[in-house]
Amino acid sequence: MSGLVKFGSTFLCSVMQAPQLRPEAASSIAEGVDHLYFVLTFITLFFTIAIFSTIFIFMVKYRRRAENEVPPDIEQNLPLELAWTIIPTLICAGLFLWASSLYFENSRPPSASTEIFVIGKQWMWHIQHPEGVREINELHVPEGVPVKLTMTSEDVIHDFYIPAFRVKKDVIPGRYSSLWFQATKVGTYHLFCAQYCGADHAEMLGWVYVMSPADYETWLASGTPSQTMEKTGEQIFNKLGCASCHQPDGPGRGPSLVGVYGTEEELQGGGKRLVDEAFIRQAIINPNSVTLRNYPPIMPAFRGQINEEQVLQLIAYVKSLASEERNSNGK
Amino acid sequence: MSTATLDLHEVPTGSRVNYLNAQYGVKSWLLTTDHKRIALLYLASITLMFFVGGFFAVLMRLHLIEPQGALVQPETYNKLFTMHGVIMVFFFLVPSIPATLGNFLVPMMIGARDLAFPKLNLLSWYIYIIGAIFTLYAVISGGVDTGWTFYTPYSSSFSHTSVIPTALGVFITGFSSILTGLNFVVTIHKMRAPGLTWFRLPLFIWAIYATSIIFILGTPVIAITLFLLGLERLLHIGIFDPAIGGDPILFQHLFWFYSHPAVYIMILPGMGVMSELITCFSRKRIFGYGFVAFSSLAIAFISFLVWGHHMFVTGQSIYAGLIFSVLSFMVAIPSAVKVFNWTATLYKGSISYDAPMLYALGFIGLFTMGGLTGLFLASLATDVHLNGTYFIVAHFHYIMVGGAVMAYLGGIHFWWPKITGRLYPDGWARFAALVIFVGFNLTFFPQFMLGYLGMPRRYAVYPAEFQVLNVMSSAGASILGIGYLIPLIYLTWSMRYGPTAGPNPWGAKGLEWQTPSPPPTENFEEIPVVTEEAYDYAHTTVTRG
Repeated sequence: MSGLVKFGSTFLCSVMQAPQLRPEAASSIAEGVDHLYFVLTFITLFFTIAIFSTIFIFMVKYRRRAENEVPPDIEQNLPLELAWTIIPTLICAGLFLWASSLYFENSRPPSASTEIFVIGKQWMWHIQHPEGVREINELHVPEGVPVKLTMTSEDVIHDFYIPAFRVKKDVIPGRYSSLWFQATKVGTYHLFCAQYCGADHAEMLGWVYVMSPADYETWLASGTPSQTMEKTGEQIFNKLGCASCHQPDGPGRGPSLVGVYGTEEELQGGGKRLVDEAFIRQAIINPNSVTLRNYPPIMPAFRGQINEEQVLQLIAYVKSLASEERNSNGK
Repeated sequence: MSTATLDLHEVPTGSRVNYLNAQYGVKSWLLTTDHKRIALLYLASITLMFFVGGFFAVLMRLHLIEPQGALVQPETYNKLFTMHGVIMVFFFLVPSIPATLGNFLVPMMIGARDLAFPKLNLLSWYIYIIGAIFTLYAVISGGVDTGWTFYTPYSSSFSHTSVIPTALGVFITGFSSILTGLNFVVTIHKMRAPGLTWFRLPLFIWAIYATSIIFILGTPVIAITLFLLGLERLLHIGIFDPAIGGDPILFQHLFWFYSHPAVYIMILPGMGVMSELITCFSRKRIFGYGFVAFSSLAIAFISFLVWGHHMFVTGQSIYAGLIFSVLSFMVAIPSAVKVFNWTATLYKGSISYDAPMLYALGFIGLFTMGGLTGLFLASLATDVHLNGTYFIVAHFHYIMVGGAVMAYLGGIHFWWPKITGRLYPDGWARFAALVIFVGFNLTFFPQFMLGYLGMPRRYAVYPAEFQVLNVMSSAGASILGIGYLIPLIYLTWSMRYGPTAGPNPWGAKGLEWQTPSPPPTENFEEIPVVTEEAYDYAHTTVTRG
């Protein structure tokens, strides 16, 4: 039995080496997904061949030999019916458990992820690193480090797809979606938009560059803009006059934003909400939908006033306020 | 099966009055309430739509021969795949078997003279035609480029093409489906011949019954969804567009709540046809009648609960993903049960290789592959990689073209002598079945590979490394296109020049074979009395004639 398993896995590995059957596997989850894929392929081939050859054998063996032939009456066979109901059910249950646990693992980013921001826009990808470096249709990431992408769209639904990493997630206007991966191989890989988004959908593509961590640091340092996202966010914060109400040490007309990220706040009309990226975005774009308790609903809505990139920069700034506060508490 | 006393061979077909020659003239067709004539009206209209939709597909495949696109601008390509999808799904596949074969056969198979509501039946066809005119108008007025899925907010706020006429066409056609479904359900409940109990019904009737339930329950949802889409586009009510406070994912939930069951609208009637063909050409009772019948109902029921598997990568919660995944695996089981039972029906049978049987065997093979590749998409971890790629395109074409269209053609070939009273050249028909089988596999098998390699669907241009597989697929498409033209030619030819068919050229059981070909307007001289189960080939010899 163990010999059989060993033979099976060796065979699987040799098939997986064949070129042109799978794209390059360049992330920590790719091999796991490929194993499942090839096992599914074998199940498909097995049953297809089994059905085809059974039909073929029956067709030859039981071909009509005389025009008035009357074949025997066979109605049904309960054990057989149960067998071919239960065996596929067991196979499906096994596949479900395997695929789901793999998905479960693959969906959860490790906590110490580097965060990069992605904005989809007809028909290009805007990418911003927290350090301030911006890219269009290119994504540079370090090898061996978990990277978390936080993504949104300026217009329609896009989909961020890196086949070599076996990851894909819709990029949806008005929401943040996230995706994580850990690249395992230095190289250049396709980046596709996988959700139809209009005229130049097929041109909304780019390249992912996986670099060694040292190269990545050099690359980050050599990028043109030297200002971090939170710094840009602070400038926007001041330019829009946010600080006149949201004073750092309270009590302005709006709540202080220091230390607010990651806490739970009580809303007007009851209920609590976790202050995360989505909440902050909503509070900027459509503030009256999330007015806090004990504060008047007087904040103007910034929908249409600022773009998604600026919202992300503001969020980066608000998050930085939180961490400064925690740092000073620690002291 | 019945006690029809009429000697069918005495009256030569040419001089006998039947539903085709009972009346002449355009008016006699356009105002007919005869279910058989309405079936032919549908047959002509959906055949036209099939070749319009097919023409778009041929242009797409020609365009994709070169990575940079060989034929049209990306905007045009986007319209081609949209119109191909809209026309094939809503104007060919959904009405295909139910509206043509279903219309013709439901009353004949249950020993009735017509459907329960003959005028409503004619109204269904007119509604279908009005819907089709709107959609064809959209094609002429510049086309539509949203994809057949009409995803918001692209369709509601960004596309500059004829979204409203197209959606209106689909909206209107939906009512034709609802009315047809209603008509079938009432007919099957109330108008079965004496002695024809539920468990003596041919399995085609069970399949049409299950399909009708989906028509009635599912179609209103797509109608509401498209209505809301129209409101959003015209009046900006803020339901789907996040820029004005809407939720674009809500559209996907509503859309797939109908459109996943719609897949079973397309395949269930095909499964019904299979059961008729396999039994007739192996002269066997269906293996496991109860299992095959109830698996249709199980599929219809579960199909309403799996829509979320289209949305695994939209940011749906992990737990919702798990539930939709397990339900999607569950829907595979009754489909597998059917395949095993059909195969087992062949065991110790008396198998003949007439053309309809070749289509039927082609169906089993292609449907098996289509179904099994569905497991890749029900599996969460692999779906993430495969969603939105050519793998999906290949998978649903194996189900809808390899499955539904093969079954449709098999059914048309099987009942053609009954419908027209003429025989077609069997050699050509077998040849066409072979050409279609080969062309189909060459077109769509490479697309599975393209999908895993990561090529997204709906791409007007593509990276050069995908070219070889794309060229193979395009080559297959041209073979497939020819394969579909051959039956069009010989079937049309046979209507005038084909040899006259007897009442039962295949030696089949079933009430529809116990009346002349073509049947008289009232179907049966006397309403038959049924005394035995369906497919009882073992106890009485039926001779071809």
